[in-house]
Amino acid sequence: MDYFLTEEQQMIKDLARRIADEKVAPKAAHYDETGEFPWDIMKILADADLFGVYLPEEYGGMGGGVLEQCIVVEELSRACSGVAVSYAASGLGCSPILVLGSEEQKKKYITQVASGKKLAAFGATEANAGSDLAAMETTAVLDGNEYVLNGTKQWITNGGEADIYTVMAVTDKKKGPRGISCFIVEKGTPGFTFGKKENKMGIRASATRELVFDNCRIPKENLLGGKEGIGFIATMRTFDRTRPGIGAQAVGIAQGALDAAVKYSRERVQFGQSISSFQGLQFMLADMATQLEAARALVYATARMIDGGAKNFSKESAMCKLFASDTAMKVTVDAVQVLGGYGYMKEYPVEKMMRDAKITQIYEGTNQIQRHVIALELIKESASKKD
Amino acid sequence: MKIVVCVKQVPDTTEVKINPETNTLIREGVASILNPFDMYAVEEAIRIKEKVGGTVIVLSMGPPQVAEQLKETIAMGADEAILVSDRAFAGSDTLATSYALSKAIEKIADVNLVICGKQAIDGDTAQVGPEIAEKIGIPHLTYVKKIEAISETEITLERMNEDGYERVQMPLPGLITVVKEINEPRLPSLKGMMRSKKAEIPIWSAADIDADPAKCGLNGSPTWVKRIFIPEIKCQGEIFSGEPEEQVKFLVNALVGRKIVV
Repeated sequence: MDYFLTEEQQMIKDLARRIADEKVAPKAAHYDETGEFPWDIMKILADADLFGVYLPEEYGGMGGGVLEQCIVVEELSRACSGVAVSYAASGLGCSPILVLGSEEQKKKYITQVASGKKLAAFGATEANAGSDLAAMETTAVLDGNEYVLNGTKQWITNGGEADIYTVMAVTDKKKGPRGISCFIVEKGTPGFTFGKKENKMGIRASATRELVFDNCRIPKENLLGGKEGIGFIATMRTFDRTRPGIGAQAVGIAQGALDAAVKYSRERVQFGQSISSFQGLQFMLADMATQLEAARALVYATARMIDGGAKNFSKESAMCKLFASDTAMKVTVDAVQVLGGYGYMKEYPVEKMMRDAKITQIYEGTNQIQRHVIALELIKESASKKD
Repeated sequence: MKIVVCVKQVPDTTEVKINPETNTLIREGVASILNPFDMYAVEEAIRIKEKVGGTVIVLSMGPPQVAEQLKETIAMGADEAILVSDRAFAGSDTLATSYALSKAIEKIADVNLVICGKQAIDGDTAQVGPEIAEKIGIPHLTYVKKIEAISETEITLERMNEDGYERVQMPLPGLITVVKEINEPRLPSLKGMMRSKKAEIPIWSAADIDADPAKCGLNGSPTWVKRIFIPEIKCQGEIFSGEPEEQVKFLVNALVGRKIVV
């Protein structure tokens, strides 16, 4: 389908695709196997200026928005979504700064992320605070001109690899969600260390680690926006902006799986003909392609809505993440089925895509949470209507 | 440091088809690319610029549509690109090509270093680079695989030969041709692509470079192709695949079987 991308967006897409095909795809199996962090590919993405596509020009970016980021994430995910999420998580990490940071914080940190010289990471999740983020236990206490952080963040993408971390911590327990603040913590700060690296089912190229804060003292200026209590709202608004990215990741994985399935079905001969001539298989491919295109259309429409300046897009953002990730799961399972026994083997890329797809239904809010967000918005909309 | 890189547009294939009547390449239906060996030359020029500063000018001779393709080199980081293009150059062999390119380089003026790929993948002559150097009257070194040190007046490098490599020092201005071992060409950057989109590629005619018509195109080409043919394949080669141990086993069996080793 033609989404009428601008000339600049098409250029971004072509470049991201070229990098995905030439640099990422040949190494996808290697990173999946070893779980090494793909620093060589991060460097290529930085040199190609892709880390800045969605960041404002005044902070060294290219001035694009959510759609530009989605385009890059989708193209990289076709080849390896572990690489794509490492790229995207840097955007997630600097998004709170972009949304609610002070001018000085934006100048200092976003410029470094835009150039790709440093990666960012976002730290909210804890062992006992997943979907229920307000249950977090990490604390920050003001002591003179410094905040003192204590606690452990869990499953942080780019943990250990990133240099800039946006971290949520409780500054006032009594206030519940409104007592959560956001802090910018730099790697190397005394008292800030990394816990174990997780051994994951999929997106194995990406680094997932604990952030451990043990009396970690950070300057008062590193309080996001210079205000306590905006951490929860920063997180929610960040996720509203970044969920289409997860949708794009899902679309990319599904596209990679569909491409592999169609190619294989034309080459594989059984009963004297290519298996693509069998209607049972044709119908599977047709459904995969149709669902995938619907998912992409929803992701792009949401991205354009956000970039167009909409005020509230929680519902649409949740919808596109939900639909695209469920679609990716379905399409990748079917792709493995199309490849049959070969699909189950690691020599072919689709089993990895199936493992990779699963996380898109879980992170940045499980799909159950997405449905909850959508339903709440529906009820709110209905309640505000005058009968 | 002023560096000129000579590039050529070639068909995107290693299986070149020849028109048996005219003995020329069939270009129809085959996409064009910049000669892959020349991309190593472009990359090396950009690296030198990044290290010691300067300007990288990409130069090509060919039909007008080459101008668009030259923008790829600007997207990589070249400062400008110039196309030499004129009806008068049609049918040029390597001598006439090097004449035209050398005239263009003289027009650019004050060039410290000219870099060419070792050869083009279509003609495979590897003559144009050295011929340019002779026409301008500067020293040249071919098959360069590493530049150790460079200043505006001198270059220290390693060049491949059949037994290994030579370490050589050459005064500049001079010309080198490079092999693929020298680097890995970079991908374009987004900012580079945007700059290249706006870039104007000047097209210089024979008159612009003050070229003598007698030395241009067919007039200046002493090469006459009598016939081009694909050599007949008389016997099939055998490829040993598998783990090194298996390959060795195959090889030993083949040698013993043919009574080469007893």
